[in-house]
Amino acid sequence: MSPVLTTILISLAKTIGLIFIIILPMVSYTVYAERRVSAMIQDRLGPNRVGIPMTLLGFSKDIPFFGLLQPIADAVKLLLKEDFTPAHVNKLYYWLAPACAMAPSMMALAVIPFGSTFLGVPMVIADVNVGVLWVFAVSSLGVYGIVLAGWSSNSKYPFLGGIRSSSQMISYELSLGLSVIPIFMLCGTLNLPAIVKYQIEHGWLISPVWIKGISLFPLSINFQEILQSFDILKIVLWIPLFVSFVVFTISMFAETNRLPFDLPESETELVGGYHTEYSSMKFALFFLGEYAAMITGSAVIVTLYFGAWHIPFLPTTIDDPFSFLGIVLGLLHIAAFFLKVALLLFFFIWVRWTLPRFRYDQLMRLGWYFFIEIALVNVFVVALILPFMRK
Amino acid sequence: MAYTVARPKLTFAEKAYLPAIMTGLGITLRHFLEILSGKKKVTMQYPEETWDQKLPAHYRGAPTLVKDEHGRERCVACQLCEFICPPRAITIIPGEIPEESRWRKVEKYPKEFEIDMIRCIYCGLCEEVCPEQAIFLLKDYAITGLSRQEMVHDKEKLYELGGVMTGLVHKWNEKK
Repeated sequence: MSPVLTTILISLAKTIGLIFIIILPMVSYTVYAERRVSAMIQDRLGPNRVGIPMTLLGFSKDIPFFGLLQPIADAVKLLLKEDFTPAHVNKLYYWLAPACAMAPSMMALAVIPFGSTFLGVPMVIADVNVGVLWVFAVSSLGVYGIVLAGWSSNSKYPFLGGIRSSSQMISYELSLGLSVIPIFMLCGTLNLPAIVKYQIEHGWLISPVWIKGISLFPLSINFQEILQSFDILKIVLWIPLFVSFVVFTISMFAETNRLPFDLPESETELVGGYHTEYSSMKFALFFLGEYAAMITGSAVIVTLYFGAWHIPFLPTTIDDPFSFLGIVLGLLHIAAFFLKVALLLFFFIWVRWTLPRFRYDQLMRLGWYFFIEIALVNVFVVALILPFMRK
Repeated sequence: MAYTVARPKLTFAEKAYLPAIMTGLGITLRHFLEILSGKKKVTMQYPEETWDQKLPAHYRGAPTLVKDEHGRERCVACQLCEFICPPRAITIIPGEIPEESRWRKVEKYPKEFEIDMIRCIYCGLCEEVCPEQAIFLLKDYAITGLSRQEMVHDKEKLYELGGVMTGLVHKWNEKK
């Protein structure tokens, strides 16, 4: 096999593995998690029934299994519903919009390093130097889906939703981009795997101290290194980095149209917002696109601030990737990445069921008056600290 | 007339929102953990758990007809329940008790007695108005059927549900 063909096959395998085996099931189970967590926050139970229907096979009791098969039932329901196209819509864009909503968040995942190496293959689909810029460029395309849906529906509520969405995305794109500049100044690169490498050497960007010299496998403790690992400059630098994290996360909430920034759909005032006129699987694509965007957002946050797939105190590489330990470690790193993403998704859901929606002027004020300024000042603060850092 | 709403003076902590958001997150997390750990139980999971045991004594469920200890149907087809029924769920067609019957003194009996359970509002006025204590509200609340016809309880069904009620009314006994 020629090396070109091998490379193509490997990246194809990675793409299909990531999208179809991990992300798409994760999207549907995020919906399930959303329903369960929201229910529990409101003292309810949520969907806990849909399991293996043993009664259909003649047994006396179903196996409920915590309702874990609920997403499958939901998907079947959405697929079998009537796909209704209203007469007054602009057909082409009406059909195009749901695809535009779903695709960008999937595309943005291409540059995310979701694992170290597995069988000697680095677990990132595209190890490109533009890295984060690709994520921003592609994920902001997601607004086209919403705007097209709002406009082509030819109806008042979707139109208002589309307008809100575009202005909101433009406003928060700025603070989103500005807030991560300190990271690039610190790491000196936009390449996401390189940023992860920096974090492995210097500690996750979210943590103020980084204990070095402890290793669980092989077990060893080096007190000399532990004492050296406390660095006052890292603690000083942690302050602007934490501010950057907060601004980035909140902007990510706005970018993914999550509550408290869900003005584009705000079902209480705009019926369903941009997807009011949609039904069946076209609606589901918007719905799942929102969750896919959430996962992508969480993946970016994890990569930038939480060290991506890195597990503290464990080795990052093992000499022989085909040995048992190498395979286990590779899988462990992938699992660690998605565990971090899952925890962040829980945070997204948790915030959604805690906070009420912003008023529109409050949203704009927060974006333009506060976040952009905070992010800008943050860049200068980091620039002032950096000369004192040891290289 | 325009009027100004007095704006409250907020402290810095209140203006910064973040402390309030943290408190809110704490509250929701507490509720989440309480339900997740099973420390607090709010939901009754219906088909497995029912509230039959906890129903109050005065609970009004399905109306039914009862017979007395001699097997005589207590209803004398006076039609009071039919007239008082607010949603007009009850339909009675009275019939005459033949001379040779043991209960000829009663004179009338319901030839047909139907309660439309789709219409019934479980108000209990039929039970209250009945001079013969022939109609009773049980505690059954899960009355289901696959068709409208099935939801109309006829005499047979009503007696099946109601069964026998002893005591209290005895004025139709031979000896009195």
